[in-house]
Amino acid sequence: MATGRLKAASICLCMLLSGPAFAQPQPPKDFVAVDESQPGEQIPALPLMAGAYGFIWVVLLGYVWSVGRRLQKVEGELAELEARRK
Amino acid sequence: MSRSTWYLLALAAGMFAVAPWIINAAPNEATMGLVYKIYFFHMPSAWMFLVSAIVAGVASIRFLFFRKPTADHWAVAAAELTVLFGAFTLVSGPLWARKAWGVWWQWDPRLTSSLVLFLMFIAYNLLRRYGGPGSDKLGAGMAIFAMFNVVFVWVSVNYWRTIHPPTSVVPSLPVAMGIPLWFCVTAFTLLFIVLLRMRARLEHQRARVEALYLAEES
Repeated sequence: MATGRLKAASICLCMLLSGPAFAQPQPPKDFVAVDESQPGEQIPALPLMAGAYGFIWVVLLGYVWSVGRRLQKVEGELAELEARRK
Repeated sequence: MSRSTWYLLALAAGMFAVAPWIINAAPNEATMGLVYKIYFFHMPSAWMFLVSAIVAGVASIRFLFFRKPTADHWAVAAAELTVLFGAFTLVSGPLWARKAWGVWWQWDPRLTSSLVLFLMFIAYNLLRRYGGPGSDKLGAGMAIFAMFNVVFVWVSVNYWRTIHPPTSVVPSLPVAMGIPLWFCVTAFTLLFIVLLRMRARLEHQRARVEALYLAEES
């Protein structure tokens, strides 16, 4: 008797669990254009690369300009002081 | 500036102008794709970051223990360049990591020790700018201390488990990737030499101006 109940319960459980496998996929309610779809986790490489190279270029040019300007200023001051001493 | 400095500056500028074409010709990496090309500027920047820290440390040893006043000028110049190349390394690295690792930053030994070295030299520059009298000797001690962190930065990728590529990547590169890398290393080395000479000259001239003002006062 108990074995029969167990068999019936097992069959019911199998039917319940296998239900989704036989279920038909729901048809799409509307079509979504490609440009409106949600993008996945995508990281574009080009902006990152452009950012890295751009940062180095801009800071480097700024630094060379800054050192050149400071050097010009100090050398001007030095020339003035040396002229004053003569 | 001397004529040789101008020639070196022109050569470095020329190499930097040509670099994008040489880097563009290199093949993409199999797993990282295009973004790995940040490596061609990231790695030479990182090398110059470490080299300038060593130059600052050695110059500080000469200043502190051998009483060479001009060595302090070289130390100040190299310390400023350490911050410059450190900034290049610490900005380009996370931009690469965002794509390659999926995160901007990882607190792993290489990244953390590099950040510590960078912060040490920021502290050195602030000390030299605002420290007043005596900051030269205090700064020299600090630069020597910071120089020893270079060893830690260098071995960190080979000694500890880390997400950062090990140093063995460089000699194992295929020729098509090796050529742009060594081209950029040469360009950055030339640039480092030029900037170091320019910045050290600025310190020499500042010292002369200061000496002339003192002579005028006395």
